[in-house]
Amino acid sequence: MSLLDVQGLTIRYGDETVVDGVNLFVDRGESVGLVGESGSGKSQSALAILGLLPRQAVASGSIEFDGQQILGASDSVLNALRARRIGIVFQDPMQALNPYLRIGAQLRQIPLTHDLCDKAEVDARVVEMLASVGLPDPERQFRAYPHELSGGMRQRVMLASALIAEPDLLIADEPTTALDVTVQAQILDLLEDVRDNTALLLITHDLGIVAGHCEHTIVLDRGRLVEQGPTTSVFAAPSHAHTRALLAAAPRVDRGEVPEAVTSSTILSVGDAVVDYRDLQAVSKVSFSVKRGETVAVVGESGSGKSSLVRAMLGLVPMASGRVVYAGSTLEGPVEDRAQSQRRDLQLVFQDPVSALNPQMRVQTLVGEPLLVHEPQLSAAARAERVAGMLERVGLSRKFLRRFPHELSGGQAQRVAIARALILGPRVLVCDEAVAALDGSVRKQVLNVLRDVQADTGLSIIFISHDLAVVRSISHRVLVMYLGRLVEMADSETLFAAPKHPYTRALLDSVPVPDPVAMPKRAPLRGEVPSPVNPPSGCVFHPRCAKADARCESKAPALRDVERTRVACHYPNA
Amino acid sequence: MSGNRSIRVTAGILLAVAIAALVGPWISPHDYATTNLENTLSAPALSNMHLFGTDDLGRDLFVRTMLGIRVTLLVAIVASLVSLVIGVTYGAIAGFVGGRLDAAMMRFVDTLYALPFIFFVILLMVAFERNFLLIFVAIGAINWLDMARIVRGQTLSLREREFVEAARLTGVSTLRIVFRHIAPNLVGIVVVYVTLTIPQAILVESFLSFLGLGIQEPQTSLGALVDAGVKHMEGASWSLLIPATLLALILLCFNFLGDGLRDFFDARHPS
Amino acid sequence: MLRYTLLRILGAIPTLLLVIALAFLMVHAAPGGPFDDERALPADVEANIAAAYHLDEPLPQQFLRYMSGLLQGDLGPSYRYRDYTVAELIGTAFPYSLKLGALAMALALLLGVTAGTVAALRQGTALDKVVMGFSMTGISIPVFVIAPVLVLFLAVKLQWLPAGWSGTTGMSRYLLPVITLALPQIAYIARLTRASMIDVLSRDFIRTAYAQGLGTATVVRVHALKPAMLPVLSYMGPAIAAILTGSVVVEEIFGIPGLGQFFVRGALNRDYTLVLGIVVFYASLIVFLNLLVDILYGAIDPRVRYR
Repeated sequence: MSLLDVQGLTIRYGDETVVDGVNLFVDRGESVGLVGESGSGKSQSALAILGLLPRQAVASGSIEFDGQQILGASDSVLNALRARRIGIVFQDPMQALNPYLRIGAQLRQIPLTHDLCDKAEVDARVVEMLASVGLPDPERQFRAYPHELSGGMRQRVMLASALIAEPDLLIADEPTTALDVTVQAQILDLLEDVRDNTALLLITHDLGIVAGHCEHTIVLDRGRLVEQGPTTSVFAAPSHAHTRALLAAAPRVDRGEVPEAVTSSTILSVGDAVVDYRDLQAVSKVSFSVKRGETVAVVGESGSGKSSLVRAMLGLVPMASGRVVYAGSTLEGPVEDRAQSQRRDLQLVFQDPVSALNPQMRVQTLVGEPLLVHEPQLSAAARAERVAGMLERVGLSRKFLRRFPHELSGGQAQRVAIARALILGPRVLVCDEAVAALDGSVRKQVLNVLRDVQADTGLSIIFISHDLAVVRSISHRVLVMYLGRLVEMADSETLFAAPKHPYTRALLDSVPVPDPVAMPKRAPLRGEVPSPVNPPSGCVFHPRCAKADARCESKAPALRDVERTRVACHYPNA
Repeated sequence: MSGNRSIRVTAGILLAVAIAALVGPWISPHDYATTNLENTLSAPALSNMHLFGTDDLGRDLFVRTMLGIRVTLLVAIVASLVSLVIGVTYGAIAGFVGGRLDAAMMRFVDTLYALPFIFFVILLMVAFERNFLLIFVAIGAINWLDMARIVRGQTLSLREREFVEAARLTGVSTLRIVFRHIAPNLVGIVVVYVTLTIPQAILVESFLSFLGLGIQEPQTSLGALVDAGVKHMEGASWSLLIPATLLALILLCFNFLGDGLRDFFDARHPS
Repeated sequence: MLRYTLLRILGAIPTLLLVIALAFLMVHAAPGGPFDDERALPADVEANIAAAYHLDEPLPQQFLRYMSGLLQGDLGPSYRYRDYTVAELIGTAFPYSLKLGALAMALALLLGVTAGTVAALRQGTALDKVVMGFSMTGISIPVFVIAPVLVLFLAVKLQWLPAGWSGTTGMSRYLLPVITLALPQIAYIARLTRASMIDVLSRDFIRTAYAQGLGTATVVRVHALKPAMLPVLSYMGPAIAAILTGSVVVEEIFGIPGLGQFFVRGALNRDYTLVLGIVVFYASLIVFLNLLVDILYGAIDPRVRYR
């Protein structure tokens, strides 16, 4: 008998059906990946297993855990199962942990409630568990508040809380989505180490994670089960069209065509940019340039300074020192003081489309506003035509003109934001994590739009992202930043084939590849990004670098050219 | 009560009350000031058209009550508008400019919060001999603090929102940013708040009248009528209960209206 | 935490000074003097009295004189009640107001928080609607309407509680005034608690707590209660001010010889020092209590401490 047996699970909210007749099972000890895009019903299914659906949800079907029916079970039955037999890790640990309680105070409730040991030993047991998930100073972290811990540490705490009662099944709902790439690799590794014989139901949208960590794969599409089977079979020979579409849309960091380097003239250059905030330096002397029609990716994890660099370049935040030159003239000062032509030519698309659009304005007004400012001579009708044309360009029909932002899906909202950014015909478009919040197929669409516009108009794109797989598919050149410093810069072909800096290599290694038979990776990078308030001495990467020595600790390496790459390392290629 | 329905019901009631207050005195054969010492404290009766009876000076209570409603509503609305204008301007400037100016302005507000304002109002009332205009000013002066705080908080968070950044980048003028981007997002919360400060204003005015410091005779407000009613509560309980019920009804309606409006704005533009 | 507390205390001092200065200015700005009501006096007698009370000095000097007196605990003499100093008057009246206010606040918190929590946990049920209906009514009816109505029903018609003040002794005579004063606050706090609790209960970390197998009682007690109380705590400042205001009315109606009564009399009599003294006293009390609230807030929400 399976440990978990779900038959015909259907979940409805009023008229809307979010999960439609799903069957799945998990055997003891095995790892199962539940994969699908947003809205596919995977999280809802997970919540249903623990009896945690909100009041408005109506669930029917059967969920049997070790013979015990869960749907309709009483609270006391469910509470006996939760944590003790089934543990769960949620996506965002900052939201999932209670910010008002210390870590120890929260976690100790579990052994107390489930009577796992003597009262006097409860705290010791929690500390022991914190140590086993790799927390460096468990006693101290026991007394800390969640906001005092980094994202990776918080997720380790969540894992500790899910496993402390030694459950038979662990459900992990997008456990690494909110984390940096290198930390994600650490957590996934930890998950493997620490779960022992516990069965794992890993829910994710990332095919690479499933490929690397799950023996079985289940694919959901809009609430329906479309495919399931051993991971190797599903990936090698997918039987359902949706699975094939997902695989096709998933970019890979280890293979696939790389856009050729561009040879046109430089249109924008940044020299020795420094950006300071109140008590830290976000960007330390970074220089780069962008050619006409080129896509330059700026890659880095949290604290890398990539967003600050670009915002300073655009004049949204002050640049402490450095030069920005665009089309022969220097750009300086806050954006309000710059020439209209300069403001027109450089545009920005944000990560979260919903907050980038004024909720009180309709799509028509939003996309038309730049025209009001820069081409006030246009009649209302002419403006409306331009707006409609731009929407069509990004793949949205006229019926979207009258809609408000909250009536749009994530992908639609982002396309509206892009339409707004492109309507003035800029020469440089900055995309700050513009596709990070989008699902695979929608992401592909948006990237196609960008590629098309670039091909048609010679648009230059500065593409900020933490997702190297996406970067590979559309960038001509890549900049890698770490803690405000530029550590490596090369054209895509060179960077992905032969990375020089240890950090770049670690980044590339950490990206999950949607291929179960790909080569095993090296161990993930240890430690986390240090706080920019107190950067390490010498080469800021040295505390995490396996090849660091005394020289790395005392002297910061200068940028130099090594085999078609600019890199800042004492031992590139080591 | 669901949002839209409660808006319609409460607005309807308030409108009905306001219309009655405007029309009532015209229909009635009596006026508010004529005394009739031979018919004091009489019960409500249809025969002599004293629909609410008479007060201790024999004046018709129906007309006086209608008048009282007018005064109460007028004071409340005007006072709320005063506090609206002061509060919104103050809060918007503090929130938009930010930095040190904001810190200083908010420190000032915090200080004023500590003052038992009602005491100052009483002082002012006594000192300036119950000038009608002053009542508005005094009440407005108490209530603007909350409005300022709310508006400032909202403006601050709006300023940081990405659509404002996008507007700056595109070259939208600061003026347009304020009026087309920030202000419309403030309307919802301001309207809700004004509907909720009106009851507060009414309470303050009634309170003043109760202490004998509000509107001057022979004019009257609901608060003054309640005050008079209390004195004769045992023998002529209607003279207390009628204005008290009307007062409570008006306050309840504004409170529910505020709630309903809040739901309405949330549903229309979840931000 | 210690640093946060000290900073808050230091911040309260200039606030207090500003408050006293403002109060002083306002009292002296109101036209009319303390002796106007009496028979018109010959000019030289008037001058003498003015000199005796230092009313002929320029305003800043009067202020400094007042401040130095304050620091020694001397609030000046009462102009009207000639045999007493303001401090003495406050001293005799305050205990009544204190008992009234403190009991009302305690009752309001106890009943309000309980009602709000229960309503939140039973959201949507009949019980919830009843609680909400009551609290809506409670905040809509002014104290001076509730008081006489309550007196009419509970004291006169049903004879359960004493109606008057003098003539009865012991704590039972506080019952009706305290209930009257507390009612609007109970209503408001219930509403506030309910909204806050519903909001907290919808947050992700509550879902985590349930996912860990904790029962409802434990979830509320350990995880939800503290954060849900934060808005109520913030409201304590204005709540105290509201109780103060309400106490003036309640003291009038029930004839309790508290500070509220003295204030109104003082205002009507143009008794500067008494009025100023009461204002300063109450303002200091409010500043102090707000300080306590701030510190308590920092104790509950650890993220606030780093500002």
